[in-house]
This record gives sequence, C-alpha cells and structure tokens, in this order.
Amino acid sequence: MNFKEQFKEGLITQNPVTVQLLGMCSVLAVTTTLFNGIGMGLSVLVVLTCANVVISLLRKIIPNKIRIACYIVVIATFVTIVDLLLKALLPDLSESLGTFIPLIVVNCIILGRAEAFAAKNSVAASAVDGICQGIGYTIILVIMSMFRELLGAGTFGGGILNGGLGIRVIPEEYAIAAMTRPVGGFLTLAFVIAAMQYFLNKPKKVTEKKEVASA
Amino acid sequence: MNIQELLGIALGAILVNNFIFSQFLGICPFMGVSKSTDTATGMGLAVTFVMGLASAVCWPINRFILTSETLFPDGKNLAFMQTIVFILVIASLVQFIEMFLQKAMPSLYTALGVYLPLITTNCAVLGVVLQNTQSDYGFVSSLVYGVTGGLGFLLAIYLFAAVREKLEFAEVPKSFEGFPIALVTAGLLALCFGGFSGLSVFG
Repeated sequence: MNFKEQFKEGLITQNPVTVQLLGMCSVLAVTTTLFNGIGMGLSVLVVLTCANVVISLLRKIIPNKIRIACYIVVIATFVTIVDLLLKALLPDLSESLGTFIPLIVVNCIILGRAEAFAAKNSVAASAVDGICQGIGYTIILVIMSMFRELLGAGTFGGGILNGGLGIRVIPEEYAIAAMTRPVGGFLTLAFVIAAMQYFLNKPKKVTEKKEVASA
Repeated sequence: MNIQELLGIALGAILVNNFIFSQFLGICPFMGVSKSTDTATGMGLAVTFVMGLASAVCWPINRFILTSETLFPDGKNLAFMQTIVFILVIASLVQFIEMFLQKAMPSLYTALGVYLPLITTNCAVLGVVLQNTQSDYGFVSSLVYGVTGGLGFLLAIYLFAAVREKLEFAEVPKSFEGFPIALVTAGLLALCFGGFSGLSVFG
C-alpha cells in the first residue's frame, strides 16, 4: 500500500462520501457557505487522522468484544478537543456549525475507517489513510458548498472573502433561496454523486466498446 | 410547564423541525434501511424508543452530575464532558436494550435484528440529547422532544420507503441509478416538509 494509491483511493475510487456513502448528515447540513464547508472538512480531517493513529497504536491491546466502545471513547476525546479549540479560536465558525461539531463523534466515516483500516494496519499507514480520506471528504464539502452558495445566495467564498460577505457573482434578485435550504442539499449531493458515477463508469464503457469492436 | 407548550414542542419536532428533512440528523439509517416499508417501520420504532429513553436518562445525568450546582458551586462544571458522557450512555443503553429484548421479548428482538446496534451511531439520538441540553429543556419537555422527534423520524422514513418501493420499477438515467435518484426523492420530500417551515404552534 503506497501513498499514491491511498491518495487516489481517498480522493476518487474510495471517496468516503460519494462512493462509500458515509457521513451524509454533516455533508448535507453544513454546506451552505464555503467557510463552513472548509471548517467542517478540516475538523473531520484532524479528528480522523488523530483517531486513526491512536486506534492503530492500541490495536493489539483493545479486546475484540468491546472494540466499538473503545473506538468511540477515543473518537469522542478528539472531537471534544476540536470542539473546545474551535470555540476558543474561531467562535464564528463554531457558532454556525452548531451541534454538528460534537456530532462528528457519530460520523460513520471515522468509525468506519477505524474498523476497516486502522484496526488492521500500521500507525504510519493509518495516519496517511486518515489524511487521504479526510481530504476526500473536504473536497466534496468544498464542491457542494461552492455550488450551493453560488446558486442559493449568489456569492462566492462567504465567511472568508470580502469581510465575510463573500464576492457577489449573481445579482441578489436572481439567487435561488431553495438551494441553501434542505432541498438544495439533497439535490446537490444527488448531482455530485451522479457525476462521480458517470466519470467512474466511463473508462469501463470505453474498454467494453473496444472489446465489442475487436470481437 | 403547560400542555400547550408541550404540544408546540411535539408538533415542532414532528413537522416543522423534522429531524431528517430540516435538521439533517440520522441520514445514514434513513438512506440505508429504507428499501422496504417493513424494515423502515421497525427501524423508526426502534429509534423512537431509544431517543425517548436516551432523553430521559441523559437529562438527570446532565442536571445532577455534569452541571450540578451543589457539586460545582463555583460554576466550573463538567459541561465540556457532555459529548463523551452522552455517547457512552447511549452506547451502553443500546447494549442493555439489546440484552433485555433478547431475554424478555425474543420476537421483537429478531424483528429488529441488526438495526438495534446500529442505533448507537445514529446522529439523531446524540443530536436530540445535545439539543435538549442546549435549549435548557426540563425533564418532561426533554422526554416529549425525544419521543416526538423519533416519531418525526418514523414518519419520514416510512414515507421515503413507500416512495422508494415504487422507484424500483422506474427507468432512470444510468448515472442516477441507485443512490442519486434516492437523494432526489428525498429532496422532493424535503421540499414538501419545507412547507411547514415558519409555522409556529401556540405562539
């Protein structure tokens, strides 16, 4: 398992959101502005990497029967650390993400990676896996929040650029408010996953056609 | 504590602030176990039960231990431990329910099957407990919010499963097959539930 392969898996072929279909709640809920998306993505990346490293270190000590409870305690500890750090350093972000920061504890991506990867692999590999999967998650959040913010509010980079208001791209009266509502979240994610399925299936189709042609 | 206030909390949790369609809590089981109405109903009932019980158990723990004024008179309480304590309480609660059902009601236990342990990682359960502490609900309000929030989940997952059963026979574009078309369906249902937003019951 090399770094390049893990990176490709985390980003595309085994992307936690679009392929493994994990951690939907936060993806749908927080992606209303770019700042929220990036903040949430990086928080998950940090928790995922730290939890992966600790669980990988403890993988020979933790008894098999109570492993899930042990993983949850490790994850909850790091989530609390991130929660308190955000409250102290970035109070605005902490405010707008609300309960979704403590809810990282029950984000299936982290428990899923602990169970599927960190419990079986070395510390270094688990750390790399945490970073790669975290980047894959962050990128989907960034894509979703860019589209939803652009269509829903007509701005780009809300929360960071232009003193927090974001750069206006579409005039205010043409913005589709529904895109920042729950409806927009479901629809945007549907289109992102559909696009992903389209691109993942494309190479296969080409080879199939070639086979047909050669036959 | 009057009955109007409780009714307001109940209707709010079921329709206006539906856990799935307006708060995005519990999407994973909502998507995962909604292929047929039978399993969806089982999951919904199990979640309702656990949400109610978790609200009832976590409230005294939070009030009398974590943020107790007699234990911590100077205000330096253990509120920062809430996430860790609540998730452990929920995890052990689910484990206890599983053992209890196995002994006392084997028929219900087999009906729920694998869904019971999965409830631990359902963010609606941890979400309802955290929201109870944030909005400073009393014991009865917490319990009502937990149970009705679960009923809202049940309503959402049942409606979704009923649509999804029909969806099996529909012809969809190849890229949208499977998960994406289910998300579009959920989006349309969320649009319907969006009609309730802003509705306030009994002021």
